[in-house]
This record gives sequence, structure tokens and C-alpha cells, in this order.
Amino acid sequence: MQNQADRYKSGVMPYAKMGYWDADYVPKDTDVIAVFRISPQDGVDPIEAAAAVAGESSTATWTVVWTDRLTACESYRAKAYCVDPVPGSPGQYFSYIAYDLDLFEEGSIANLTASIIGNVFGFKPLKALRLEDMRIPVAYLKTFQGPPTGIVVERERLDKFGRPLLGATTKPKLGLSGKNYGRVVYEALKGGLDFVKDDENINSQPFMHWRDRFLYCMEAVNKASAATGEIKGHYLNVTAGTMEDMYERAEFAKQLGSCIVMIDLVIGYTAIQSMSKWARRNDMLLHLHRAGHSTYTRQKTHGVSFRVITKWMRMAGVDHIHAGTIVGKLEGDPNIIKGIYSCCRDSFTKKNLEQGIFFDQDWAGLRKIMPVASGGIHAGQMHQLISYLGEDVVLQFGGGTIGHPMGIQAGATANRVALEVMIKARNEGRDIWNEGPQILAEAAKWCSPLNAALQTWKDVTFNYASTDTADFVPTPTAA
Amino acid sequence: MRITQGTFSFLPDLTDAEIRAQIQYALAQGWAISVEFTDDPHPRNCFWEMWGNPMFDLKDAAAAMQEVLACRKAHAGIYVRVNAFDATQGFETTRLSFIVNRPKNEPGFALARQEADGRNIRYTIESYAAKAPEGRRYE
Repeated sequence: MQNQADRYKSGVMPYAKMGYWDADYVPKDTDVIAVFRISPQDGVDPIEAAAAVAGESSTATWTVVWTDRLTACESYRAKAYCVDPVPGSPGQYFSYIAYDLDLFEEGSIANLTASIIGNVFGFKPLKALRLEDMRIPVAYLKTFQGPPTGIVVERERLDKFGRPLLGATTKPKLGLSGKNYGRVVYEALKGGLDFVKDDENINSQPFMHWRDRFLYCMEAVNKASAATGEIKGHYLNVTAGTMEDMYERAEFAKQLGSCIVMIDLVIGYTAIQSMSKWARRNDMLLHLHRAGHSTYTRQKTHGVSFRVITKWMRMAGVDHIHAGTIVGKLEGDPNIIKGIYSCCRDSFTKKNLEQGIFFDQDWAGLRKIMPVASGGIHAGQMHQLISYLGEDVVLQFGGGTIGHPMGIQAGATANRVALEVMIKARNEGRDIWNEGPQILAEAAKWCSPLNAALQTWKDVTFNYASTDTADFVPTPTAA
Repeated sequence: MRITQGTFSFLPDLTDAEIRAQIQYALAQGWAISVEFTDDPHPRNCFWEMWGNPMFDLKDAAAAMQEVLACRKAHAGIYVRVNAFDATQGFETTRLSFIVNRPKNEPGFALARQEADGRNIRYTIESYAAKAPEGRRYE
């Protein structure tokens, strides 16, 4: 480093020279680490670009300020310490940046993100910028509550073990009256689903006021529970325009005996953390619908990867998060989705570049999120879903339940039978990946709803190339 | 009605060979088998009666099967389930639980509705069978 007088002389100086680049820096165990994909403008040195990102996401401004010398600025400066070219993508670089723990307020996703993604994404010297992954130190994780319930306690409350949970989203997503809506919920739950779900944009519209929906849905839930002897639930979406409205809706859901409420990602990080604390205080499962995420997670060059959002949501504290299906209608490369599921369910996530995981991550006992697979999946894919996603997952068949030719109950039964028969076969040691279709066909002989489901949807696949793929391996797309 | 608690209730009742295969799977995962029974199958009755402690040291599916058969013989007319417990840190919970015996007739549950203030309804699920004293519910 140059002498201090030169360093703090008024004027403009490259960020790398201001102390935001240090190739010899060894991150501390307590540092927050971020890896960004940077695409510098033509002619901009990648190291200077990385240093600029470090600077703008921590203490720097565009020019030298003498007031730095009133602070322990050397430790508050984020340090870019490594810049690697992205394999196969000229002009893109992975840059690793370490942040001192004291830069962040305890238990605040809003504060963490205001630094890490607050300012830098519009920075002119970069064409594009993407936050790929983060390593959150144990010291910081321990300041977050995490999921109010977690996978283990959710299963114990529901008394459901050994298989994925089954859900469906009520369709059509808009326009049903409360009574008609409750009918769909009852039929699906009685037929064999564990949960039914409000969609992200069902709040309180002219065709169905929220109280009406809550009342009819809880009639459906309780009636189905009595009919089957099982605990059932419906994710009542409490998303609203203000926190006061959300609390009012959540309190009403509790008063009616619901075991779960739901929020949308668009309510914002602070609102999510508030609802998480409410859910912990009130023994409530908290379902998060990731409404809006694809606006910034899908494209590889710019935005924030969904695995980072998942990590933030595990810290903020949600019990369910939509995390991809691989085989369904929405974006999902198999490797990337597996990485995201690991961030939900692991106690310790190992570095795995093929799955987009850049760091070892000790989760420090933070409870686990139940991932939710939803969007264009059906009973005929059961062997693929279980093989890819495992058993701690909610499989949601909306159209695949409600669109069944023999009715909603039959649609639910088809999914439940397909699920149980596949878990049973897997446990018996059968190779479900290859024998799956045959296992389903055998069950369809004694289960006519399953037979009808297989006939109706046998050829439905969404076989498109993924956009959010791993950089370190060839990326197949599931059939 | 048919109570559909447990991992495999939508399938035809498991044969002894199929039960044994599931036990074999659970033991291969390092889980401990336990057997429980009840004549109060309310969905929120999480504490069924224990047929002895979980068999933490038992690694032989045939021996576990003997306990299943013994419990089923002693409680032929009521519900019996097999659980597999995982003591791994981060789980420390049941990983598999399925019914292996059920009464011939399952009368099911009534849904009692108490009309409360406004349009609120307070729901209670009541087992028809459990109205009789314990031990005389499925005679």
C-alpha cells in the first residue's frame, strides 16, 4: 500500500488502489463472502471491476474522502480477493469478495442486502452483474431465527412421515367465489392431498373477500380431516397491502384453527421476517410463494441467483419455499435445482460447483425449509420427481389434480396412490428411475383414477433448454 | 371409511412380506423400529401405546417382524403401526410410519360444529368409536 498521505489525496483513484482489492487476503471464518459474476464494460480491467463492486457494496464512493481516516476503514472495506474467468463465457468473471462481520446488523436481511445488492447493480463500468452465491458465517447465522417450524416439526405436527407431502393450488386462480373455492379444497383434500394452496395473487378481490375464503376453506379442511382421519391444511394467503392487514388476516386464520398461512416474496424481506416471528409465536407453518423472483433470478448474467434468495429466506425464516420441479413447466436445470434444495434441507452444505454451490456452508442448527415443487407436474412423473427431489418436499399437482377427467377427488387419489406405490417400490429396492412407468402401470390396474391420469397426461413434458445452468458441467434438461 | 394415516394407507393392506421389506429398508438406513397400537385413532392422537421400547439394537428384520406379529396378535381388532426412528442429529424424529393392522369396521369421525360469534365456527373432530371406554371401542 502506498503511503497514507498519497492514499487520501483529494481526487479519483482506481478502486483497486483504494484498498478494495487484495489478492493475498485470506477470508476470516466470520467474514460474509459473496461471489459475483461480473461482466465489465469493454476495456475495463476485471480486477478493477471487482474492486469497484467491493467498494460500492461497502464503504467507497467515487472519489477519495478524507473522512475515511476517522474510521477503522481498512477493516470496513470489503476486499475482492479472487477473480476467475467464467468457463466458456468470455468477458465474464467470478469475483470473490469478503465483508467484515461488523458491516452488518444482526438479524436483518434488509441490512445485509442493502449492502450486498444495494447500489452496485446499476454501476456504469459493468455491463451486468449477478450475485451467484454467498457464504454466511455461523456467527451471523446465529443472529437469525430461521424457519419458525422446520421440516422435522412440521412432519411431527402433521403426523406424516416417509413420503413427500402432496398439495395442489386451487384453480382457476382468480374468479371463484368463496363457496366454490372451498369446494375445490374439500374435494382435493378428501381425495388424498395433504394441503391445498391459495395462489400468489389470491388476496381479497371483488369476487372473493378474504374472510369468505378463509371461512369456507376451513370448513373444507375440517370436513376432509374428519372424512380421512388425517391432519389437513390449506395455505391461507395473508399477503396484503400493509403489515396491519397481514397481521389481521393471520390472526383470523389462527382463530379458525388453520395450521398454516402463506405469504408472497413480493411483500419484502422485512415483512417476511415479521411474519416469521408471528408464525413462531403462534405455532403456525409459514409458506412462501416466490412470486416475482424470476424477474431477477433467471438470467445468468444479471440479477441474484435463486440459491442466494433461498439462503436469505432460510435466515429470514420460512417453512416452505417454491424451489423448482426440474420436470415441470417452469425454469429448472437439474443440477441448479439440486443445489437450491441443498440450501433448504442440509445441516451442512458442501461446496459443489456443478450445482452452483461455491462454498461450504455450515447452517449452524438453523431449521430446514421444506422445498415445494409446483408447476406443470403430474402423476406420471412420480418416479422422476422422487428420484430428483427426494422425500422432504411438497409435490404440488394443481392442474394435475383439478383437471382429472373423473373429478378432483379422483385426481387427488391418483396422485396419492402414485406417490405411495413409488415410495414403497423404492424402499423395496426397485430401480424406480427405470421401472417407474411399469410400477405406475401395475398400480393403475387396480386404481382407475391413476389409470385415467396416466392416459390423460402420458405425453405431457416441458422439454426446453434451461437458462440458469451450471457453468462447470454440460447441462442436460430433464425429459 | 378407511383411516388414511401412515405412509401406505392408500395401497392395499401390506402383506407380511411387504411389511418385512419396509422394515429391512428402515434398518438399512440405520433407523430403529418400534411398534405401537391404539384404539383412539384421532388425527391428533400422536401418542399411541408403545409395544415396548424402540428396538435400537436390533438389526434383524425377521426379529422385528416377530414383534409386529406379536403385537398384532395381542391387538388383533385395533390399530397397529410400525415406526422407524432416526436418531441422526438434525432429524431425531420418525422417518417412516405405516399401519399394519386395523379394525374390520372403521366408523370414522364426526365433525362437530359450534356456531360462534359472527360467522365463526369452532370445529371438533370426534371419533365414533372412542365414545366407548378404552379397550371396548372396536368389539
